[in-house]
Amino acid sequence: MNSDVLVIGGGIAGIEAATNLYLLGYSVTLVEQESELGGHVAQWNKLFPNYKNAHQIIQTLLQQLPGDITILRSTKIIHLSEKDRLFSVNLSNNSTITTKTILIATGYDLFDARLKEEYGYKIYDNVITSAELESLLRQNKPILTKQGKEPSRIGFVHCVGSRDRKINNLYCSKVCCVTAVKQAIEIRQKLPFCEAYCFYMDLRMYGLNFEELYNESQEKYGVTFIRGRLSEASETIDGKLILKVEDTLLGRPLKMTIDMLVLMVGMVPSKGTNFLIKELGLHINNGHFIASNDEHLRANHTNKHGIFVAGSASSPKTIDDTLADARSAAMAIHQFFKNSKL
Amino acid sequence: MKFHWFVVPFSAGLIFLILYLIILYTKWIVKLPKSDKKILSGTVFSSKIFNIVWEIFSEALLHIRIFRKNVLLGYMHSSFAFGWFLLIVTGAIETQLFASKPINHLYEPIFFKFFNTTAPNNSLHKAFAFLMDLWLLYVLSGIFLALSKRFYSRIMGLKKTTQLYWTDQIALISLWLIFPLRLLAESSTTATYQNGSFLTNTAGIYLEQHFNISNMSIYLWWAYSIDLLIFFGLLPFSRYMHIPTEIVLIALRHAGFKTKNEINSFSQIEIHSCSSCGICIDACQLQSVTNRNNMVPTYLFQKERYGKVLKPDLYNCLFCGRCEEACPVNISIINIKLARRKERLLKSKQNYQYLSKIQPTSTTTEILYFAGCMSHLTPSITRSMIKIFEHLNISYYFLDKDDTICCGRPLMLAGKIQDAQKLIEKNTDLIKASKAKIMITSCPICYKIFNEEYNLPVKVMHHSQWLSESLTDCNKLKLNQSAKTAVYHDPCDLGRGSNIYDEPRNVLKQLLNVIDKKAIQKEKSLCCGGSLADFYLNENDRVKIARNAYVQLINDEDYLITSCPLCKKTFQKVADKPVLDIAEIIVYNLS
Repeated sequence: MNSDVLVIGGGIAGIEAATNLYLLGYSVTLVEQESELGGHVAQWNKLFPNYKNAHQIIQTLLQQLPGDITILRSTKIIHLSEKDRLFSVNLSNNSTITTKTILIATGYDLFDARLKEEYGYKIYDNVITSAELESLLRQNKPILTKQGKEPSRIGFVHCVGSRDRKINNLYCSKVCCVTAVKQAIEIRQKLPFCEAYCFYMDLRMYGLNFEELYNESQEKYGVTFIRGRLSEASETIDGKLILKVEDTLLGRPLKMTIDMLVLMVGMVPSKGTNFLIKELGLHINNGHFIASNDEHLRANHTNKHGIFVAGSASSPKTIDDTLADARSAAMAIHQFFKNSKL
Repeated sequence: MKFHWFVVPFSAGLIFLILYLIILYTKWIVKLPKSDKKILSGTVFSSKIFNIVWEIFSEALLHIRIFRKNVLLGYMHSSFAFGWFLLIVTGAIETQLFASKPINHLYEPIFFKFFNTTAPNNSLHKAFAFLMDLWLLYVLSGIFLALSKRFYSRIMGLKKTTQLYWTDQIALISLWLIFPLRLLAESSTTATYQNGSFLTNTAGIYLEQHFNISNMSIYLWWAYSIDLLIFFGLLPFSRYMHIPTEIVLIALRHAGFKTKNEINSFSQIEIHSCSSCGICIDACQLQSVTNRNNMVPTYLFQKERYGKVLKPDLYNCLFCGRCEEACPVNISIINIKLARRKERLLKSKQNYQYLSKIQPTSTTTEILYFAGCMSHLTPSITRSMIKIFEHLNISYYFLDKDDTICCGRPLMLAGKIQDAQKLIEKNTDLIKASKAKIMITSCPICYKIFNEEYNLPVKVMHHSQWLSESLTDCNKLKLNQSAKTAVYHDPCDLGRGSNIYDEPRNVLKQLLNVIDKKAIQKEKSLCCGGSLADFYLNENDRVKIARNAYVQLINDEDYLITSCPLCKKTFQKVADKPVLDIAEIIVYNLS
């Protein structure tokens, strides 16, 4: 099988880039390890800041995806090699693709919250991740503690696995702050008698309508924000959680008992991204993601000729940033073909 | 009287050296802490003297500890020390026996062949001439090895060797030249008189045939003597100061001196006993993994002696103790570094008012459980311990369950001794208020300070010790054996720091297949990189150290098991297999 571009990863970055590359006139193969396209966004319910349905985004992107593109689902990359500026890629379905360029859109994995053991994820009954809460909301399941009770107090811990020297991830994952605000509002809407507390270092409400959402969460929904990092959580005999936090605005330690703790897990390079970094000898940046050749001018180029990157394989990105980055990657590959006259 | 002007440089050098050392050592011994000095006189007339003599022989001369590290390296070090010693002793006896006049000058044994030109004519004399040549050959072979070590240290088991300070380099060259010059000078005389043995006679004949060496004889003796002057003159100001100082160190150490809270003249003796052999370089993970040099003892002591010790040299250190373990002179490196840290931070600036709010609870349980702050950050460990207590129906009191007070060791490691003391006092009050007999802690960091700095009426046990005891004690704990494989990682503070190696292994052996990795276990265990003692190491380098250690520990085993919450947390960041505390694996296997 031959193609001009092999897109690895069928999340929103891969789909958007593949569509645009096809429109520019290139033959495109899209490889996805899961049985369905859509990646992480397909797992999400409502999107910040306007509660748009995540499913709608995926649907629209898939509708735009041209039928002439070869899509290989449930397929993994086994091995890549290069000869005379052509890449030959062995796949898990025993076929081999020969391609002139590769676009890496392998994205991120959620941070493994077990590494912050002091928060008690998978140790205490009522500690869940933001992704698990979103999944409950998506399936419209009742939000209950393990003991089967409706919680009367829920805490959201920001920056779990992001901006944390202790686990060597210094970068901001960009989406967690505003997701916590969104989820806290949803909790208040769904469980009007449940208090919601956000524990944050500082709130990064940089996007359009983010600040409005944050204001609304306090003014309309009464979400409480406490500036201070959770130092440790412990469990009481009836499954409640005791949090030890330093309230850095009041300058004093704080102890609080809550029923449920939601960890706002950040992004780390996905297993697939790490595999390709190793396999292709790609440089990595300070966040351990794939390094851009030049963060301003050649953001989609890697250190390897003919290998490009799009989406959150190079750094944490929001959906809007990812889609823009995917289109930018398509243009970068277009330029590459024009310049090298392949 | 046998005399030639060329003996003057040697004699002057030797007299200078002896006087200098006498003055310096007297000064140091006078300055030793008064309380410790009493033990000195007691030592001289005790059986300790035999131990001292034996250790001086085995370590200052034979270098047995270096032999254990690497045979070639040991041979190299011993050839210089023991070989030269034999030359001096045999030479002195030879002079007594065979010199034509009974007066034995200071220099005559050194220049024996020049002054005594009659060829050996009886078998005893021949035997002495033979021995002298043999010892010279022994030293020369060492020089050959030393030279090869500078170019290719790996043959002697060293990946890296010390980069020398300039005085050390000149002293090194003068030392290396002594013995070839001696060979040449003696050969130039034996060429005429045949008064040597297998080495000098043969060399004499050969060199006479090709270079007419006997014509240069007097210049060679001059060169030999001047070179000795240079070496003796430089010795007190170079790393070779370790030769005489190590002897003093061995004696004082046996007498009971050690470096503890401050740098005193005993510490100076320790510092000057460092031979810059470089064995600590490879032991240091900061060196081998992150390519830092300044904290490696061989370089730190170089700075102590010739330059200025800077803050990072002291504070950028894991305090893992691997260098101390590797040190063939057994210098108490960690205590010296710690004492230097303490010098910098004497005054307490923190506010400890909160301590007074924590009131002691009088309890009646026999067992106290002190989890420690790190264990509070790894709740799976504390929960496992609680499960085990409940399983055994043991009543215990969880001392630091809510109002956790730090054990004080992190402050101690920072050199903040006064601050640490406040916590130690408070914790001691809390512990004393209980009627407990045993206090179990889950943290080796706490365990070490409880044992070393606290004066407690309870027996302090790390949980691995207590678990091991509960297992052997009339089979209190019943466990299932699993077919899984595991590697045990010795935490620095529990292993090298507290000498607990067997108890955790006794426990694990009853649970699963424990795979040995001898090269990096027990005393040679690697640091996980999480150390609380290092104030300069960035997270990236900590991860590098952890990864480097992890890949050496785990190949295809199922678990990495440790008994320190900090090691556990650190390894988890880089591990692809479960990293568990010994208490957790017990809970997995409770029957």
